[in-house]
Amino acid sequence: MAEVLERIGCVVDFPEKQTCCGQPAFNTGYWDEAREVACHFLDVFRGAECIVVPSGSCAAMVKLHFDELFAKDARRLDEARKLAPKVWEFSQFLVEVVGVEDVGARYEGVVTYHDSCHALRSLKIHDAPRRLLSHVRGLTLREMDSAGECCGFGGTFSVKFPELSGAITRTKIESILRTGADAVVSVDASCLMQIQGALSRAGLAVRTMHLAEVLACR
Amino acid sequence: MREIPVEQFRRTLEHEALQAAIYTATGRLMKERARVVAPEVLPDFEELRDQARQIKRHTLDNLDYYLEQFENAVVKRGGKVVWCKTGKEVVNFLQELAASKHARLIVKSKSMTTEEVSLNEQLAHQHVEVVETDLGEYILQLAGERPYHIVAPALHKTRYEVGELFRDKLGVEKETVPEKQTAIARRALREKFLAADIGITGANFLVADSGAVVLVTNEGNGRLTTTVPKVHVVVAGLEKLIPRAQALPVFLKLLGRSATGQPLTVYTSFLAGPRREGEIDGPEEFYVVLLDNGRTRLLEDGNKRESLYCIRCGACLNHCPVYRKIGGHNYPWVYSGPIGKIITPQFLGLAENAWLPFASSLCGACAEVCPVKIDIPTILLELRKEEQTLALRQGKGRAERLMFRLWAWVMKRPALYEVLGSIAASVLPCKEGQVWVRDIPAMLNRGPVNAWLSQRDFPTLPKASFRQIWRKRVAKG
Repeated sequence: MAEVLERIGCVVDFPEKQTCCGQPAFNTGYWDEAREVACHFLDVFRGAECIVVPSGSCAAMVKLHFDELFAKDARRLDEARKLAPKVWEFSQFLVEVVGVEDVGARYEGVVTYHDSCHALRSLKIHDAPRRLLSHVRGLTLREMDSAGECCGFGGTFSVKFPELSGAITRTKIESILRTGADAVVSVDASCLMQIQGALSRAGLAVRTMHLAEVLACR
Repeated sequence: MREIPVEQFRRTLEHEALQAAIYTATGRLMKERARVVAPEVLPDFEELRDQARQIKRHTLDNLDYYLEQFENAVVKRGGKVVWCKTGKEVVNFLQELAASKHARLIVKSKSMTTEEVSLNEQLAHQHVEVVETDLGEYILQLAGERPYHIVAPALHKTRYEVGELFRDKLGVEKETVPEKQTAIARRALREKFLAADIGITGANFLVADSGAVVLVTNEGNGRLTTTVPKVHVVVAGLEKLIPRAQALPVFLKLLGRSATGQPLTVYTSFLAGPRREGEIDGPEEFYVVLLDNGRTRLLEDGNKRESLYCIRCGACLNHCPVYRKIGGHNYPWVYSGPIGKIITPQFLGLAENAWLPFASSLCGACAEVCPVKIDIPTILLELRKEEQTLALRQGKGRAERLMFRLWAWVMKRPALYEVLGSIAASVLPCKEGQVWVRDIPAMLNRGPVNAWLSQRDFPTLPKASFRQIWRKRVAKG
């Protein structure tokens, strides 16, 4: 992601104190623990101009859920609200903020795009990653019939309900295989870990790639 | 607390024919819905959803007023309103009513609310036969099952299974053509309608200012149930109110479309009071039983009260990746799918249904299709938080809580986070270029790790962490 951003002329800083946005605890019902980690996030990124996140899920957490998390803490709530508009999911940042669709990438192959739930439904990101992919030289994008359906990960859901989570993923994989693509691209590493983990278990050769990986190829 | 029915899940997941039936049926309903809510077909769909939501909010904010108005209007039309706090009270009322009318046979049009109180079983104790007249419900009654889906109760049954069921229970030849099966059910049910003493229906909407009960059906059984027997009893949750009939078009446009992809259901019946002088049909007595059963408890909760906006269209079930796998019988109560996950713990108690809010990947497909825009994922998150607070008080779930406390403690300490990362890299499989593995040291293969590995492989860690690569890059300039 840093490479792509620098290629199009952005100055990239990586605050080394960053860790997590707090979502795993928040989604599992441990709001106190989530709040502590979210406070750390706010402290680390205070003063940033744009915060670009290689994950729709993390971006949605900061943009949308910090509000609920800090409902009873006026000072933090104010900080969170000031920070939220500066947080961008990677593809959204490229297309909507910088206004770039062609980042000069080249990737030989057929790929299919998986919409991560949080990117698609929480942040309404549908076209941006597809536009970016459409400008990659040598790349063919072949849509699957259930691009917008969940991969089955769902954070701790994946280990609290493993069989169910696995069954949802296998259905997703059938849909991926029907496209004949040799790679699945998404903007969320967690979906990709779920899908790749199941692809690997099934002994399938299809690979998963983060959008940034594809865009970094030249 | 009820445990997660893991074995039950497994049986459903391994049942190939059932999996195909659920997936195909819900997939078809998804497609049908998408077709009729498309912007070129229904340009004001989003506005309708917002309006419906506002009407529901307004009605629930002023529920005391509208309930009273409704009761007055029903009484004015010669009907009677019966207030029931619990399901037991509904059963008691109907048992007494059946006894006083010497009723032997009751016909029932599809009603989820009566499923809440297991009415059929309760009345059977009193030797009153209750017959379901909705085709899907009739099939399930013969099979001895509860509804699989809010609007398509027999969604999981194939026509071959129905053929065998009718053969075994009704003594007819095995028939696998759906139209002919319908004719068989129709003949059997027609006799029941004519002999029934009481008709019971649910309600889709209760109109406060006129005291009318609005019923939407597709089979016409609702009309026979409400016009042939001498007594008609409506059993409805008290959240079914809308202020006046003018609000109906908004809901009718949304309900059929969201449920089955129909612009309008086949029958829309307005029922208000018993038969009046000069009318040729209708019951002699008309009762509306208003059931609370935990609903008013939700009114007190500003954040979650929108759970009561639900118009029972079932769209959230059809679009739910979890429902599409585990089907409708693995939920602890009559309401399945995403809406069941939020109302069951709220109506019946969170402690007893603690796992339900966690059985979701939070994908948000439910909220996206909900005709009244209930924010189901956010309510699930709220319920999860409440459950963890409850568990803390009861001293449950200690291991998981400890894990998250440790996790938070580390996440606030970036230096420690990095050290732990490099320790992990030295203990765990670590290779150049990412490889996916299924074997990890046995001492680590426990709890969540084991759960993950039961279905999926793990990625190996890269040799250099992102921070290390980044530092090198910065040093190089």
